[in-house]
Amino acid sequence: MGSRASTLLREEEIEEIKKETGFSHSQITRLYSRFTSLDKGENGTLSREDFQRIPELAINPLGDRIINAFFPEGEDQVNFRGFMRTLAHFRPIEDNEKNKNPTASEPLNSRSNKLLFAFRLYDLDRDDKISRDELLQVLRMMVGVNISDEQLGSIADRTIQEADTNGDSCISFQEFIKVLEKVDVEQKMSIRFLH
Amino acid sequence: IFTWATLRIERGAKEKNHHLYKPYSNAIIAREPTSLEEEIKEIRRSGSNKDLDSASEFEMSDIFYFARRGVESIMDDEVTKRFSAEELESWNLLTRSNNNFTYISLRLTVLWGLGLLIRYGFLLPLRVTLAFTGVGLLVFLTSVIGLLPNGRMKNFLSEKVHLMCYRICVRALTAIITYHDSENKPKNGGICVANHTSPIDVIILASDGCYAMVGQIHGGLMGVIQRSMVKACPHVWFERSEVKDRHLVAKRLSDHVQDKSKLPILIFPEGTCINNTSVMMFKKGSFEIGATVYPVAIKYDPRFGDAFWNSSKFGMVSYLLRMMSSWAIVCSVWYLPPMSREEGEDAVQFANRVKAAIARQGGLVDLLWDGGLKREKVKDTFKEEQQKLYSKMLVAQLKPCLH
Repeated sequence: MGSRASTLLREEEIEEIKKETGFSHSQITRLYSRFTSLDKGENGTLSREDFQRIPELAINPLGDRIINAFFPEGEDQVNFRGFMRTLAHFRPIEDNEKNKNPTASEPLNSRSNKLLFAFRLYDLDRDDKISRDELLQVLRMMVGVNISDEQLGSIADRTIQEADTNGDSCISFQEFIKVLEKVDVEQKMSIRFLH
Repeated sequence: IFTWATLRIERGAKEKNHHLYKPYSNAIIAREPTSLEEEIKEIRRSGSNKDLDSASEFEMSDIFYFARRGVESIMDDEVTKRFSAEELESWNLLTRSNNNFTYISLRLTVLWGLGLLIRYGFLLPLRVTLAFTGVGLLVFLTSVIGLLPNGRMKNFLSEKVHLMCYRICVRALTAIITYHDSENKPKNGGICVANHTSPIDVIILASDGCYAMVGQIHGGLMGVIQRSMVKACPHVWFERSEVKDRHLVAKRLSDHVQDKSKLPILIFPEGTCINNTSVMMFKKGSFEIGATVYPVAIKYDPRFGDAFWNSSKFGMVSYLLRMMSSWAIVCSVWYLPPMSREEGEDAVQFANRVKAAIARQGGLVDLLWDGGLKREKVKDTFKEEQQKLYSKMLVAQLKPCLH
C-alpha cells in the first residue's frame, strides 16, 4: 500500500528536470503521475503501444507522427526525462524568461524550438528538409481517403513553390520559419496548466 | 476528522519544506472546446493577410492544431483516467489513497495506527463472518424454496429470502445507502439500468427491491449461487457461448420482459466497471427491446472507501478484502422516473438520453466514449471522421481517392 508518485521521483531529479524544462515542481510531479499511469508495464519507460492506448491520441490523424517525436532515433522506449523534454516544447512562454541569463542555451519552449517540433513532424527521414514526397505522405495522413492523388499533389506543389526560396524543391528549416513568420506560434503551440 | 488530517499533513510538509503532491480531481491542463474548423481558421488568419474565404487551401501551419491536440491528450485525456481509482481532495486515513504518506507528526501516525487497528482487527472479521452467513443462507434458503410448487406463496417467500440475504450482505460491507425517490422503483416487465462501478452495485440495488439478474454462468462459488437463485425465481443466465449471439440474448430478454409476472431485469449497459466519476457509452442492446426503462443513478462517496473495482489490478478476493477493510461504503441511489423510447428515436439516441439523465442526477461526467476502451483499441472510424473534417477545409468538393 502507499508510496507511488512523489516518493519514486527523487528531489535531485525533479530539480534537474526543472532546470532543463522550466516546469514547476508541482507540474513535474503531476506529469510524473500521468507518466506512471500510462506505463502499463511498470518498467519506468513508455513504449509506442502505451501512447496508442490513449483513445484521443489514437484518433488524431497525426497521432503516430506525434508519438514518434518522443522517441529518439532508433529507440523504442522513452524514459521520464525524455518524456518531459518533449512536453517542454509546449510550455507557454513567460515574459520574465526572456530577460534571464543571456548566455544560457535556448529554452526548450522558445518560438524557434516550437517551430522545430512542427518541422520534425513533417520531416519523416530526419534529414532536415521536407521533400515533396514527405509533404505528400503527411498530407495523406491528415486527409485520409477523402482527396484524390492529383489534388493532393497539386496542393503539395503549390506549398513547396511558395516556400522554396533556394530552388532545391525542398523546404529547409529556415524556409519553414520564413513561411510561418506571421503565425502566432507562441500561442498556438502552447498548453496552459491549471492552478 | 479527515480534513484535519489533510491540513495537518500540509502544515507538516511546509515546516519541513517538502513538496506536496496535490491531487487534482479535475483536469491538469486548460482545454478549450473549440472545433477543428475554428482553430485551423484562426491559425491561418494570424499567419496571412489574405482574405480567408477565398483561400480554403492547405497551410503549413495547419499542423499546429493536430500537434497541440495530440500533446494535450498525452498530458491529460478524458478516458484513461476513468479506469483507475478517483483521487481524493482530503485524506481519509487509508494509506492506499495517499501519496504523501511519510512521517509527519506523532498524532497523525497514532490516529492512522488506531484506524488501522479498528479496521483490520475489529471491522474486518465481523464483516467477513456476516458475508459468509449471508451467502450461505442465500444458497440454502433459495434451494429450499425451489422445492415448492410455483405460485404466489413461492414468489412471496422468494422475495423475503432474497431481501433478507442481500441485507445481510449489505451489513457485511457496512454499506450506508440512501435511497431517493422510491416511488420510481422499477416494476415488473421493465428494465432497470444503472451506471456500473463494481459488482457491489448489484447487492446495493437488490437489497431494496427484487430484480431478475442477467449474466454469464460462472463456475465455482458464483455458479452455485446462480443456480440456487434461479430455483426460487427466474433469472436470465447465459451460457458463455450464448453471450456472443446478440439475437439470442435480445430474444430471451424480451421474452422475460413480456411476461408480466416476472421481475424487472437489472442491466448495466456500460458493460464494464467505471470509476464513478463519469458515465460512459451505453450499449444499445437493452434499449432495443422496447420495454419501459427505469434508470437508476448510483453515486458512491469516496471519502469512506473507494468502491471502484479495477479488475486489471485487483482480483475479486483482494477487492472484497479492500472493501471490507475500508471505513464504510457510503452511497446514494436515485430512482429516476421511467422512460420509454419516443417516436422517431432510435436505440442509440434513447440510450444517450437515459445516460444523460443518470449522469445529471449523479453528478457524473457524461462521456460518449465506450467503456470497452479499457481493454480494446479505439475504432478507426473516429480517426476517419477527423480526416474527413479536415479534408473539407482543404477542398470544396471531396473526391474520394480510390486506391
